[in-house]
Amino acid sequence: MSHKQIKESDFEAIHYDDSDAERIAGESTSFWKDAWRRFKQNKLAILGIIVIVLLGIMSLTGTLISGQNYSDNNLMNANQSPSWEHWFGTDNLGRDLFARTWYGARISLFIGLTAAFIDLIIGVIWGTVAGYVGGRVDEYMMRIADILSGVPYLLVVILLMVIMPQGLWTLIIAMTITGWIGMARIVRGEVLKLKSEEFILASKSLGANTMRIMTKHLVPNAIGAILVTLTLTIPNAIFTEAFLSFLGLGVPAPQASWGTMTSDALASLRYYPYQLFFPAFFICLTMLAFNVVGDGMRDALDPKDRR
Amino acid sequence: MLKYILKRLVYIVVSLFFIVTITFFLMQAAPGGPFTSERKVPPKIEEQLNEAYGLNEPLYIQYKDYLVNVAKWDFGPSFKQKGQSVNSIINRSFPYSLILGLEAIFLALSIGVFLGVFAALYHNKFGDYAAMIFAVLGISVPSFILATILQYIFAFKLQMLPVARFDSFAHSILPAIALATTPLAFIARLMRSSMLDVLNSDYIKTAKAKGLSGRVTIYRHGIRNAILPVISYIGPLVIAILTGSFIIERIFAIPGLGNEFVESITNRDYTVIMGTTVFFSVLLLVSILIVDIIYGLIDPRIKITGKKED
Repeated sequence: MSHKQIKESDFEAIHYDDSDAERIAGESTSFWKDAWRRFKQNKLAILGIIVIVLLGIMSLTGTLISGQNYSDNNLMNANQSPSWEHWFGTDNLGRDLFARTWYGARISLFIGLTAAFIDLIIGVIWGTVAGYVGGRVDEYMMRIADILSGVPYLLVVILLMVIMPQGLWTLIIAMTITGWIGMARIVRGEVLKLKSEEFILASKSLGANTMRIMTKHLVPNAIGAILVTLTLTIPNAIFTEAFLSFLGLGVPAPQASWGTMTSDALASLRYYPYQLFFPAFFICLTMLAFNVVGDGMRDALDPKDRR
Repeated sequence: MLKYILKRLVYIVVSLFFIVTITFFLMQAAPGGPFTSERKVPPKIEEQLNEAYGLNEPLYIQYKDYLVNVAKWDFGPSFKQKGQSVNSIINRSFPYSLILGLEAIFLALSIGVFLGVFAALYHNKFGDYAAMIFAVLGISVPSFILATILQYIFAFKLQMLPVARFDSFAHSILPAIALATTPLAFIARLMRSSMLDVLNSDYIKTAKAKGLSGRVTIYRHGIRNAILPVISYIGPLVIAILTGSFIIERIFAIPGLGNEFVESITNRDYTVIMGTTVFFSVLLLVSILIVDIIYGLIDPRIKITGKKED
């Protein structure tokens, strides 16, 4: 064993610089950046967003691409299989199914998004007021919601559709009349959790009025839950529209939605299954995309529920 | 317990009162009378018809009569199906819907719970992903599309099962599957997340530490606790099956109550619409009450009491 003699010259002072101590190494992440980072890891959800964007673009431009009109009927061309001229074939009145599919996409998506948006507005206001004001007001407001939701949603919608003239806005009104309840309950739950937090107390002691606390503190902090509920209401609304149209309570002809197209195709399913395929496929694809995005958002926005 | 049930029954009666009132006035507001048809009915006959059905009375008397009759479980005559009362229509068609509904509920619960447990036990492994992809698909494919696809493949192409009607067990297979798939997928997801929660909890660790076998821990301690959210989902499940039956019964031409309801809507047969709506609501409210009671019995953490007495 040979030891090397340690001399003083082997040591060297490192110069410690105090000014660096406070520097933050990484970039600070906000809640949304963090959520986006988590969301990006979910490949399926990203795919879902791409699909939704594509469907949106096609619903706006799809009717122009093939150069066919969605409502022109030509009985000479009835029930043709997909061909170069009619990309998705034609229906029993000789209407071009490609144009109808994308026109239907427009109607279905419009109904789904509008209904979900109206649900969002009513639900958020209702839930925030009930949750924050509390007491008697809360009890009455939630009791009304309970009674409304005691009747099956679709039953109410169907009853309303019976007495109102058929049309786009009737569908939307019928769907939103009870559709907001789910959103209201979730927002109320969030508000109940938030309202005892210190930052609300701080804001109150600084003199903020109820309106300000609701719009500046409660709703922004509940936005995660609201967004997730919104993305999951959209497929529900699209499903309800298709369901009602399928029962013959949808938009009147010659307008088309995916629901009415499926319903029309059912009569000749045995001989022309392709007529069912396209609208059915796109309903499923749209619902799938929204569901996957909703799930992805829930995972990203709710840090408690990690998988 | 008794007090709780009584209180709930009062709520049910109140809800039903609102439902009957709302449907009554909605149907009054509906355009076109019950006897409007393409052929003009002579005024004399119309008058007699109105008298026979009590339609010439003032509205509040009609409303009062309807309330009293509903309380006596009498929904009046059908306007469109000659010589039939709404009660007889319900009695005739409900058994079909009941059988189909029970089959679907059984399918959804058993397979849904199984899939959920399976996915939780193989968490983040292939089995989990496969089960959850199946569940997302099940939620995204609407029941009526699944029904037509099943009908096309198994009845038209393969000719394995009957296309329509409802005479034997074989007839009920396709509609029950179509009806059950969406709630089944929901239950699978619900069961998976609650099972994952339970499997991470301390008492499961305790059970394992005591040296209990894997089977006993999973069945006695795991599933029994994890199944509670699924039980509270039975209410929405009944709603889903019920409203689903409107369309499924139509696609498979099953003479059930859902089909009858849809038919009455297209025919504008107002008494039948009202009667079935009230009937559906009773069915639903009662089944939700039963579920809540069962839930209280199963879950030891929940004490059902009439009021906050503690």
